[in-house]
Amino acid sequence: MNSPNSPKKSWWRKNQRQLAPWLFLAPVMLLFTLYVIAPIFQSIAISFYDWDGLGEATFVGLGNYVELWSDPDFWISLKNNLIWFFGFLLAVPAGLFMALFLNQKVFGIRLVKSLFFFPFVISQVVIGLIFTWFYNPSFGFVSDVLRFFGFAATGVLSDERFVTYGVVLAGVYPQIAYTMILYLTGLNNLRPDLIEAGRLEGAKGWNMLWHVILPQLRPATFIAVVVTIIGSLRSFDMISIMTSGGPYGQSRVLAYYMYEKALSEYGYRMGYGTAIATVLFLITLVYILFFIYRIYQQEKDSA
Amino acid sequence: MFPTPIDKASAPVRWLYKVVLPITLIVWLLPIIAVAFTAVRSGGDLAAGNYWGVPTWSLYENLTRIVTDTPILQYIRNSFFVVIPTVIGSLLLSSFSGFALGIYRFKLNLLVFFIFVGGNFVPFQILMVPVRDLSLHLGVYDSVWGLILFHVAFQTGFCTFFMRNFIRDLPYELVEAARIEGATEFEIYSKVVLPLVRPALAALAVLIFTFIWNDYFWATVLIQGNHAMPVTGGLKSLNGQWVAQWHLVSAGSLLAAMPPIAIFFLMQKQFIEGLTLGASKG
Repeated sequence: MNSPNSPKKSWWRKNQRQLAPWLFLAPVMLLFTLYVIAPIFQSIAISFYDWDGLGEATFVGLGNYVELWSDPDFWISLKNNLIWFFGFLLAVPAGLFMALFLNQKVFGIRLVKSLFFFPFVISQVVIGLIFTWFYNPSFGFVSDVLRFFGFAATGVLSDERFVTYGVVLAGVYPQIAYTMILYLTGLNNLRPDLIEAGRLEGAKGWNMLWHVILPQLRPATFIAVVVTIIGSLRSFDMISIMTSGGPYGQSRVLAYYMYEKALSEYGYRMGYGTAIATVLFLITLVYILFFIYRIYQQEKDSA
Repeated sequence: MFPTPIDKASAPVRWLYKVVLPITLIVWLLPIIAVAFTAVRSGGDLAAGNYWGVPTWSLYENLTRIVTDTPILQYIRNSFFVVIPTVIGSLLLSSFSGFALGIYRFKLNLLVFFIFVGGNFVPFQILMVPVRDLSLHLGVYDSVWGLILFHVAFQTGFCTFFMRNFIRDLPYELVEAARIEGATEFEIYSKVVLPLVRPALAALAVLIFTFIWNDYFWATVLIQGNHAMPVTGGLKSLNGQWVAQWHLVSAGSLLAAMPPIAIFFLMQKQFIEGLTLGASKG
């Protein structure tokens, strides 16, 4: 042991507080840089090359992006991303209404609430498989219902007009459970005095919801919108499980198209794949920056 | 409370609510009820076109068949081998980083914090090619370690966000008091802060368990063979091999969904606290 006044120990003692945060951060920052931050820049770099993942990469400048511009499959994927985006956003009001419906104190409501939340806990793979059966033209539930009402049964997932909507519906199902739980928590923390004041002023029903409740639910709405948008841009699992992008690539989104180009049997075009990923990243970046800006505002207020 | 409590409503409305509530629940859970019913059905039911009627109970036979004829138990074991180290690793690391960012005030604090928060939201596809390459170079491609390393690294983004906010809300006087008593910075972490963040760690553990158990994308990108395939990827390939054997695929799905369902029911409070962080304030 060093004596308390040996130079080494006192240097450590003096500088401990400056160094401590960086020592605590070092392992995390190393791992996060290696696996998350650096790969973003590497991907962008690869997108300027023609590369099969093994051999020599050839620099092609903006070649991959020029090719993307005239690639109809890219535009179909981008269009489908828009359908996912708006379809997913419906999860926000849907979750709000489910939460309003469930925010009661009747016998067994706690269990009912957790059962409503179930779809979020179960893997998307399982949900995707079930919806695929529901849509099956010969025995699926959807066809049975259509036949019951006298319509011709159709295979939702084999019809290019309906396929993306069918997959979005499966994807939005667990997402609604998620936004519902956010709103249930929000409703739990409403201020009774404001509601009482609203009631005294004669606010009821829609009026009350719009002018008194929703403003108080803004933090829940903010998080619900952010996770829903990010979720819609992440859509991959459902497409891979339900349609593999088909029929004829009509249900691809950017995330899936990128995977198909870079890693599937359609060929290992890493450069082209990363160019698609870069486009997807830039779209997501808008929301990330928006989210960070919001947190920055909060930090400034609380500091 | 909003909406107005139902027992203040008129009697017919009260009854209506009590009738509509269970019906809505059944409709909402129809996909899950369907999979549960199909899992207990016999293959004969399906062959005879009995998809929605009363099942011929054969859960035991279905389970025996998938357990003996398919690698499902291996898939499930692989999932545990990935999930448990990931939970431990990301909790440990983010307790460090959350401590560093929540307790110390230094110049780059917010910048580092925002990098974690932002990184947590990037689309997986922008990471895919380089992470696959990195795993190949490190010799962990096609092994559970490849998945564990990536998951730990990626999840520290969200976990740091969570831990830092939790630690920042702790009373700072405790840290100052410990310093006056001569505690080292590591002792402040281990003896003052760590005991106080147990609820946050529990909430994160439950969430990360579920997220990673249900991961499908990275299982497809980083794993090729059954020897390391988690249950999500395994189910997908079983479904491909067993065309029209829905009773077996359902039984497998049910088995695969059990661990997260059990965790959710046992630790519901922590799960929801974790998920709704920030939904009621800010």
